[in-house]
Amino acid sequence: MGCSPNLPKTTMVKSDFGYNSKIEGEVIVTRADAVVNWVRSNSVWPMPMGLACCAIELMAAGGSRFDISRFGMEVMRFSPRQADCMIVAGTVTYKMAEVVRRIYDQMAEPKWVVAMGACASTGGMYRSYATLQGVDNIVPVDIYISGCPPRPEALLDGMMLLQEKIRNEGGSLRRTFRGRTVETKIVS
Amino acid sequence: MDAAVLIQRFPSARVLPSQDMPTVEIPASDLWAAVRFLRDEQSFDLLADLCGVEWKDRSARFGVVIHLLSTTQREYVRLHVPALGDCVPSVSSLHPGANWHEREAFDMFGITFTGHPDPRRILMWEAYPYHPLRKDFPLAGIEVPLPAADVAEVTGQTVEPAPMMGGPFVSLGGHFSEGEPSALDQSWNEEKPKA
Amino acid sequence: MKITKEISLGDVAARSEELRGENMILNMGPSHPATHGVLRLSLELDGDKVVKCDPVIGYLHRGDEKIAENMTYNQFVPYTDRLDYLAPLANNVAYAIAVEKLAGLKLPPRCEAIRVLCCEMARVSSHLLGIGVYAMDTGAWTVFMYTFNERERLYSLFEELTGARFTTSYTRIGGMTRDIPDGWLAKVSAFCDGVERTIDEVDKLLTRNGIFLERTEGIAPISKELALAYGLTGPNLRASGVPFDLRKDKPYSGYEQYEFDVPVGTKGDCFDRYLVRMEELRQSVRIIRQVIKVMPGGAWYAEDAKKIFLPPKEKVMTKMEELIQNFMLVTEGPQIPAGEVYFEAENPKGSLGFYIVSNGGGVPYRLRIRGPSFVSLSILPAIVPGNFLTDITAILGSLDFVMGECDR
Repeated sequence: MGCSPNLPKTTMVKSDFGYNSKIEGEVIVTRADAVVNWVRSNSVWPMPMGLACCAIELMAAGGSRFDISRFGMEVMRFSPRQADCMIVAGTVTYKMAEVVRRIYDQMAEPKWVVAMGACASTGGMYRSYATLQGVDNIVPVDIYISGCPPRPEALLDGMMLLQEKIRNEGGSLRRTFRGRTVETKIVS
Repeated sequence: MDAAVLIQRFPSARVLPSQDMPTVEIPASDLWAAVRFLRDEQSFDLLADLCGVEWKDRSARFGVVIHLLSTTQREYVRLHVPALGDCVPSVSSLHPGANWHEREAFDMFGITFTGHPDPRRILMWEAYPYHPLRKDFPLAGIEVPLPAADVAEVTGQTVEPAPMMGGPFVSLGGHFSEGEPSALDQSWNEEKPKA
Repeated sequence: MKITKEISLGDVAARSEELRGENMILNMGPSHPATHGVLRLSLELDGDKVVKCDPVIGYLHRGDEKIAENMTYNQFVPYTDRLDYLAPLANNVAYAIAVEKLAGLKLPPRCEAIRVLCCEMARVSSHLLGIGVYAMDTGAWTVFMYTFNERERLYSLFEELTGARFTTSYTRIGGMTRDIPDGWLAKVSAFCDGVERTIDEVDKLLTRNGIFLERTEGIAPISKELALAYGLTGPNLRASGVPFDLRKDKPYSGYEQYEFDVPVGTKGDCFDRYLVRMEELRQSVRIIRQVIKVMPGGAWYAEDAKKIFLPPKEKVMTKMEELIQNFMLVTEGPQIPAGEVYFEAENPKGSLGFYIVSNGGGVPYRLRIRGPSFVSLSILPAIVPGNFLTDITAILGSLDFVMGECDR
């Protein structure tokens, strides 16, 4: 079959990193970053830091009704070495904070953090002596998902946003850490 | 079981008014013997709960409240024990389940239990210097360093007081006529920003 | 050339201390797939056998009891949801009944029936998850999927009733948030048929499964005396042979009118605890069916509780007295008289107890939550030593605890 003169539609939004730039015969010519980002975004392996009630909604998202497997994320690795994204689901107390940070440090680059739920984002309704007011005080967070607990649809929406963030990144990631935006370079 | 049985056996105890179960105030010196009596002779075989309370107008600042349940007679009894000198004998040798309850009472109030096999904190970390459920400890907490020094170094995070925004917004007066509840911290409002 | 080394027996005996080596300290950390939440087990192992087990809890201690001293009684209801977050409706009901006992309120029969329905549905939800996760820990992933599927149906029902999938905050002091919507009872009835099929399916998959039996039968038997000594309640106590169920022995909220059996185990090992929960599932469905049949009409809140329950909105918008009453109740909270009360409800995990001391007013002076999971975990140092490391997941799964209740 000869090559078609009409270029097929791309799935990318930003024109710089078009997944499909040219088709010559049966070869697609594109940028390495775009392909790598596309692969990374479609196989985000979450590390569920399931601490409290949000963990149940995380498990429900993994169940058959909301099926996180559609996005390639059903491989919930509990070992930080094998995971890409840490989903902090539940209230982080000061006692647990060091554990969350240690596990974050053990994850290999590139890694992302999703703060799921009100307690992980800002401490939620637990304004007390024992609750860390937001996990972004100890780890840099990419996506915040609100809700108490967020519905599985909200979690999936957040993960889709993360996927878009991964696809659109051009060499560095912008995240929130301790109230300020920080830029970290991705090591490819 | 009637509270009178307990009073007869331990004359220094006294009955407290209560609407749901026989409630007896027992001095700390009689506590161990009373719990043993209730367990072996009155069939109160299950320790339902043991907690600390901070009282306002009683002989001791802290007290321990013990709820015992009889699975055979299907009834409860409540014991109030004033913690004179913040100290109460441990009943964990009679009811091993009291072990963790007593650790929690120590953690939250600072009540020491003599004869406890393992007096450590249970809910807060070992190095935490305060007893959170005391009335003079604020809900937001007091600043202390994070338990893990290496994480604190990397992140610069401490155990900071939670942002209360002038709250909690409850009226603790208890009478309708005292007026509306208002913010406890009146130093800032729409016109005057927080200092 | 053969090289042999002469070893005298005396030599080996003298070196046996050195040969034995040290016990290994293993940390089964707070972040672990099989610890059902943030529980840390500090284990001392002799090879594969556990010699000492020290559970470290408090990783989810959020300060609920202190928060309660700064909230009105109705404002605290969402915090009770998150105690046992697998059966939030049961916690809501237990808390509401405790405060109502302190206030001396009598509730109309419809309200009590709705509460029983909520409790039993919460029990079905919690046991389905408990069994599903227990099976997943012992290797049966399919059971987890089936039970989660059923729970999704329950979530749809809860959402229609209360507005939220699982952190429901459905009760208020003196009644409920709203009445049952039309047509909801028929859906619950249809759900009961479906869940019975799933229970049978799970039963077929697990109860006579050789692998499951090997992993659970005879593991960590808890004798009657040990269970009573440690204060265990609920299915854990009943599996050890003590026939104590608060719904039958100290009935509340109209439980005495429903017919149901209470399963009691014999050996108290992990398998017995699983069997007790399976049977409780069937009995809960039985109770749900009875409640649907007898659901009485009438008021769904205590209409005479003027200082405790919010008046109906149409009166608030039109009459002065109800307007003031509404304002006072929302700002100051339900006015509960001074006194103390201790009430335990039969929650799916055990007896959830609330000890409330009130000095009058809308805010409690002391609110103590007796979490059944706190007590269930305290027995671990007594039953885990002597078992293998891999048995720990079976023991933890069979005790069915949840850290929200344990750490509060």
